[in-house]
Amino acid sequence: MKKFLAVLLIIGLIVTSGFAGGQSEEGTIKIGAIFAVTGGASFLGAPEAKTTEMVVEEINAAGGINGQQIELIIKDSAANPEKAISFAKQLIEEDQVVAIIGPSTSGETMQIKDLCESYKVPLVAAAAAEAIVDPVASYVFKTPQKDSYVAKWIFSTMQSMGIKRIGVVAANTGFGNAGKGQLEKYASDFGIEIVIAETYDKAATDLTALLTKLKAKNVEAVVNWSIVPAQSIVPKNMKQLGMEEPLFQSHGFGNIKYVEAAGEAAEGIIFPAGRLLVAEKLPEGHPQKEILVAYKTAYESNYGEDVSTFGGHAYDAIMLVIEAIKNADSLDRNDIRDALESISGFPGTGGVFSFSATDHNGLGMDSLEMLTVKNGQFDFLQ
Amino acid sequence: MSAEQVLQYIFAGITVGSIYAFVAIGYNIIYNTTGIINFAQGEFVMLGGMISFTFSRFMPLFPAIIIAVLITAAIGGLIEIVFIRRMRKNSVLGMIVVTIGISILLREAALYIWDEQIRALSFFTGTEISSVSVFGARISPQVLWVLGVTLVIVGGLFFFFKFTLTGQAMRACSENSRAAKLCGIKTDSMVNFSFMLSAGIGALGGCVVSPLTQTHYAMGTDLAIKGFIVAILGGLGNPIAAVAAGLILGLLESFSISILPMAYKDVISIIILLIILVAKPSGLFGSKQVSSLKDF
Repeated sequence: MKKFLAVLLIIGLIVTSGFAGGQSEEGTIKIGAIFAVTGGASFLGAPEAKTTEMVVEEINAAGGINGQQIELIIKDSAANPEKAISFAKQLIEEDQVVAIIGPSTSGETMQIKDLCESYKVPLVAAAAAEAIVDPVASYVFKTPQKDSYVAKWIFSTMQSMGIKRIGVVAANTGFGNAGKGQLEKYASDFGIEIVIAETYDKAATDLTALLTKLKAKNVEAVVNWSIVPAQSIVPKNMKQLGMEEPLFQSHGFGNIKYVEAAGEAAEGIIFPAGRLLVAEKLPEGHPQKEILVAYKTAYESNYGEDVSTFGGHAYDAIMLVIEAIKNADSLDRNDIRDALESISGFPGTGGVFSFSATDHNGLGMDSLEMLTVKNGQFDFLQ
Repeated sequence: MSAEQVLQYIFAGITVGSIYAFVAIGYNIIYNTTGIINFAQGEFVMLGGMISFTFSRFMPLFPAIIIAVLITAAIGGLIEIVFIRRMRKNSVLGMIVVTIGISILLREAALYIWDEQIRALSFFTGTEISSVSVFGARISPQVLWVLGVTLVIVGGLFFFFKFTLTGQAMRACSENSRAAKLCGIKTDSMVNFSFMLSAGIGALGGCVVSPLTQTHYAMGTDLAIKGFIVAILGGLGNPIAAVAAGLILGLLESFSISILPMAYKDVISIIILLIILVAKPSGLFGSKQVSSLKDF
C-alpha cells in the first residue's frame, strides 16, 4: 500500500510539474538567469544582473507582458561551470522557468548547452564564444557578436593601414584562446603574417618581458585578446617600453573604466565593439540609436556607473526573450523557442538581430564598428 | 640578443621580482614571530591599493597612501586579536588554514565594499606613458619608485631587527617564544605587532605597485602563491633574503620568456622551487640548523 502511495505521489508530481510549465499560481511568468555576479568574471556578471533587474522592473511597472508580471530569478554562478549546471537544473526543474538567460562566460554556457537542449528550454547566452551557436543547437541562442567578426574587422583595418607583420598576445582563458585561434585562422586570408603568438597568465601583473620579445621581432602592430586586467597593462607596458606600434584589442575592451585604468596609455587603442559605447555619437535615425541611448541613460542613472557592452548583451538577451514571449502562441517553452527563432530585424544593443534556423546569433559583420580611444573617450576610428 | 634587450629583460625581471618580494617580506615577518604562514598576505597588498585609491580621490596621493598603510596595519592587528590570538592553541597547520579563511573573508569583504572593478592609483611621477631611458633600455619611473621603496623597507627592517629593542624582542620570540616570555617580553604584543607590520608593508607595496599592476579585489591569491614561492626560495624567516629571492625569481622568469613561450613561465618557477626544495630545503639563504628547529 505504501509503495502504491509512493508511486502515485511520484506520478502526481510528474504530471503536475509537466503542466506547470513556467506559470506559477499568481500568474507570473518565470524567467531564469545565471550570471557570474561575483568571482573572476564579475565584471561581466555584475552589470548583466543589474541590467536584467532594471529591465524587468521597468516592464513590470508598465504592466508586464500581456498583463502578466515577470518573475526574474537570478542565480550567481561565480563563473563556476559546476554551479552553472546545478543552477540550470534548479531553474528548469524546481522553478519551472520558461527560458534562461546567461550564463556570462563561454565555459559555463558550453557546459549547459546540452542540458538546455535535452530539457527543451530556450537559453539566450550572454557569452561570446562562437562554439555556443556553431553547431546550432535548436534551443540555444547568444547575443554577443561572433569572435570571427572581431578578428576579421581587426584584419581588414590592418589591411587598410598597410600593416603586414603582427604580434598576437592573448590571456590563457577560454576567451583569449578562442580569440587567438580566430586570429590565426583568418590572418592569411588578409595577407597578414603573425610573427609571434604568445599566451600569458590571466592574472599577469607585468608584461614588459613579453612585449620586449615582440619588440625584438619588429612587429608592425600588436593584437591583445584578453579581459581585465591585462588589457590595461599591455598598453601601459608598451608605452613604457617606448613601443609606438598601434595596439589592437578585442571587443573585451568595451568599458570606459578600462580606458581610465590605462590612462594616457589607452590613447589610440583600436578595437571593434558594438555601438553602445558611442551611442550619442551615432547619426540620428540609426536603427539602434534610440534603444542604445535609452538603455545607456537608464543604466547610468539607476546605478551611477558607466555602461559596458557586457550589460548590453544581457539587455539584448532579456529583451529578446520578452519579445519572444509576446509573440509566442502560448507560454510553452517550445512556442517561445519558435518565437525566438522567428525574431527578425529586432534592434538591440549588440546590433539588429535576425535569427533563423541556421543562425542563432542573428548578427552580421555590420554589428561591429571599429572604435578608438581619443582624449579618454571612445570614438569611431576615422 | 643585443645588450639593450638584455637590459630590458633585467628591468622587467626586477619589476616583477620586487612585487613578489613585497609579499614575501610580509610572510617572513609573521613567520618569524608565530611560525605561521599567513596566506592572507596577498589580501593586505590588495587592501593597500584599494584603500589608497579611495582616499586619493579626496586628498593628495601621499597622505592617502599613509592612511591606507595605517588602516591596513590596523586591520592586520585586529585580525591577530580576533582570530589568531584565540586560536593559537591549535596546531600551526590549523592556523595556516585559518589564514586561508581570513584571506577569503577579506576578499569577499573587498568585493562588497568596493566592487568588481579594476582600479589603479595614478603614477607617482609622470604618467602611464612616461618612461626613462637607461643605456637604451626603457623603464617606467614607477618601477624606480617600487625599487626605491623596496630598498628603504629592506634597510628599515634590517635596522629595526638588528638595533631596536622591539626588533630584538621580536627576534627573540622567533628563536624561542617561551624563553622570550620568561625574559619579560610580551609575546602577545610582539605577535600583534608583527601582523601590523607585515600588513602595513603589504599595503605599502600594494600602493606602490598599483599604478603598474592595478588593483582588483581578487588579486591577492596569485600574489600569495608567488610570494610564498619566493619566501621558501629565500629561506623562510629571513625578510631580506626574500628580496634577493624575489629578484632572482623575477629575473629567471623574465629571461625564460626571452627563450621559451611565456606560457611556460610558471612552470620554470615551480621547477626552480622543486630543485631548491630537494637540493637545499632550507632555502637559498636559510641555514639548516635553524630550519630544523621549526615546525616548517
